[in-house]
Amino acid sequence: MELQCPMPKFDFDVITLGHGSGGLLTHKLLQSGVFDIFKNELLNQQHDGASFSLNGRVAFSTDSYVITPAFFPGGNIGELAINGTVNDLAMCGAIPQYLSLSFIIEEGLTMKEFWEILVHIKEATQKAKIKIVTGDTKVVEKGKGDKIFINTSGVGLIHPKANIHHNNIRPGDKIIISGNIATHGIAIMSVRKGLEFETTIESDTTNLNHTIEKLLDRFGNDIKFLRDPTRGGVASVLNEIAELTSLGFELDQKSIPVDEQVEGACEMLGLDPLYVANEGLFVAVVAKEIADELLSLLRYDENGATAAIIGEVNTEHPGKVLMKSRIGGRRVVNYLTGEQLPRIC
Amino acid sequence: MKYLSEYRDPELVKQYLDQIHHITTKPWKLMEICGGQTHSLVKNGILDMLPDKITMIHGPGCPVCVTPVSIIDEAIYLAQQPHVIICSFGDMLRVPGSKKSLLEVKAEGADVRILYSPLEAVQLAKENPDKEVIFFAVGFETTAPANALSIIQADKSGVSNYSILASHVLVPPAMEALLSDKDNQIDAFLAAGHVCTIMGMEEYYPIAEKYKTPIVVTGFEPVDLLQGILMAVEQLENGEYKVENQYTRYVQREGNRLAIETMQEVFSVSDRMWRGIGTIPQSGFEVNHRYKHYNARLKFKLDIPVAEENKDCISGDIMKGLKKPFQCPNFGTFCKPEHPLGAPMVSSEGACAAYYHYSSVNTPEETL
Repeated sequence: MELQCPMPKFDFDVITLGHGSGGLLTHKLLQSGVFDIFKNELLNQQHDGASFSLNGRVAFSTDSYVITPAFFPGGNIGELAINGTVNDLAMCGAIPQYLSLSFIIEEGLTMKEFWEILVHIKEATQKAKIKIVTGDTKVVEKGKGDKIFINTSGVGLIHPKANIHHNNIRPGDKIIISGNIATHGIAIMSVRKGLEFETTIESDTTNLNHTIEKLLDRFGNDIKFLRDPTRGGVASVLNEIAELTSLGFELDQKSIPVDEQVEGACEMLGLDPLYVANEGLFVAVVAKEIADELLSLLRYDENGATAAIIGEVNTEHPGKVLMKSRIGGRRVVNYLTGEQLPRIC
Repeated sequence: MKYLSEYRDPELVKQYLDQIHHITTKPWKLMEICGGQTHSLVKNGILDMLPDKITMIHGPGCPVCVTPVSIIDEAIYLAQQPHVIICSFGDMLRVPGSKKSLLEVKAEGADVRILYSPLEAVQLAKENPDKEVIFFAVGFETTAPANALSIIQADKSGVSNYSILASHVLVPPAMEALLSDKDNQIDAFLAAGHVCTIMGMEEYYPIAEKYKTPIVVTGFEPVDLLQGILMAVEQLENGEYKVENQYTRYVQREGNRLAIETMQEVFSVSDRMWRGIGTIPQSGFEVNHRYKHYNARLKFKLDIPVAEENKDCISGDIMKGLKKPFQCPNFGTFCKPEHPLGAPMVSSEGACAAYYHYSSVNTPEETL
């Protein structure tokens, strides 16, 4: 990725322990890097925290990002940290507003890498139309971290028409997926040490808040439930809702969209795409009356070109997710046990 | 994905199923050798689509499952030694030894790495000359050539801090052990396609002849499995016991000469203990005398007492095909993938894991 903001001149080529000391180096790093690139009226206060007003129901979410490698095909840990929390807020039916941003950096991270991460963060905040209003930077000794870990927390205003809750799910509701599954997980695996394979698969990390807002504007509380199937994949999300609602979830394998290359890689690695991590993807449970209309609208959206109805809710097998296989057999889709691949986000 | 989709074609599947239903007149018990085949049968819902008269018995072809507790204890002991990096395929990490698993010793600070190829372990040894790198070499004839090659490569490039802990098992002796068991119920075998890709089919002719049992070398996709089942049932219905090859797109009668020669260069055939089954004579590979410096057992003078198998785990009966996973009182209750009593619940090829993850419902009546 080309750096689109010119990198300011830093005193050091790499991040040192001193940059996390709270002293002069920290001050300089923040002044010439972080504050400048993310500037807005709340951050500019440079206080211990941001003060602002919010009117209405609020969603609040937090997530930590420890992905390895920090730079991967299709993005880096920076935009992942923004999109991840933005999307968590969107899944609550909220319109994300403000984020906090905290770094734990391992000494030795090059300034060039740090800058690249900052640039991607900036681009992601602009695309999602949110502001970073507070944050923190710590540096740990070499060997005590893995380049960089990021935490973001965020607040958003609940969309006036939204009523996202698993209690609203009813038998007959349709299960919709917004795009191809397993892409992010496989993109990361393709660059993992010891596992490298040649591919053009790129992570699909992106913000979903504008897409969700548009759907909520139109369909309001006919959208019963939203979730982004990150770690544990689609299978784990559906198992969670099946258990919470004591309803049965029935999938049709042939309608689940998977990119051909991704499917090939899953075969090669012995992975089931239903369990592979996703970014930039959401699962929606919606009233059956609006399912087709919602799907048509979603397919025109930049984040929904391959969206599909992949199944429906029933009362036949309470608490379980079942799938009709491509060849017509039926099987249970269970929770993921253990980790298919650790530190995927 | 043409190379796969044609073997998952619903129309072809239906045609084979219709033929199997059409020709089956008597009850038959077929054993699929390989855990990969078991998973494909369960995952695709094929077991429920077969005629009631056909029972699939799930064989011992899961290398992780048949690795005895004692060898896992050996690996754990090695992992706990100073300056040792132990490398393994991922599945082995969660399998319980007599006291703990490799995953637990890893959490306690042992250097345990998951690798995808033993050749990476040789590279790791080169990069860490002050450490001893040990590859936990588990597997059937399928993984043996690469493991043998890792030793040859280490030897050629003078890497002396590399060794393997061999837990290699061989399919044909296990088939004979099952067929000569007094409780044997197997009418025909679906042999494992990938094992035969390496080894060819020669070893199976005397077995089919001696035990009058059909053996069909079979692949792993739904169409492969159904075609294999059809070929086996046709033989049974006609009173035949031939060795046939369903997996012709990969398997040649003589196998892969180069791979076989590589194995023979490094390994010698030895007795091997199988988890839940016991010792089967001449059923495993050990590093031979010439390459003894690469045998971790000799290098570290291993003398680990033989541990008892967990009595609550019926893995022996599962792997002999005498019981189905849900016939175990601990299945899905005390024994789950997150806290397994035995390997078949852990491994991605284990029969218990297949039933736990994919079986349409976890109760006997409905699963059958």
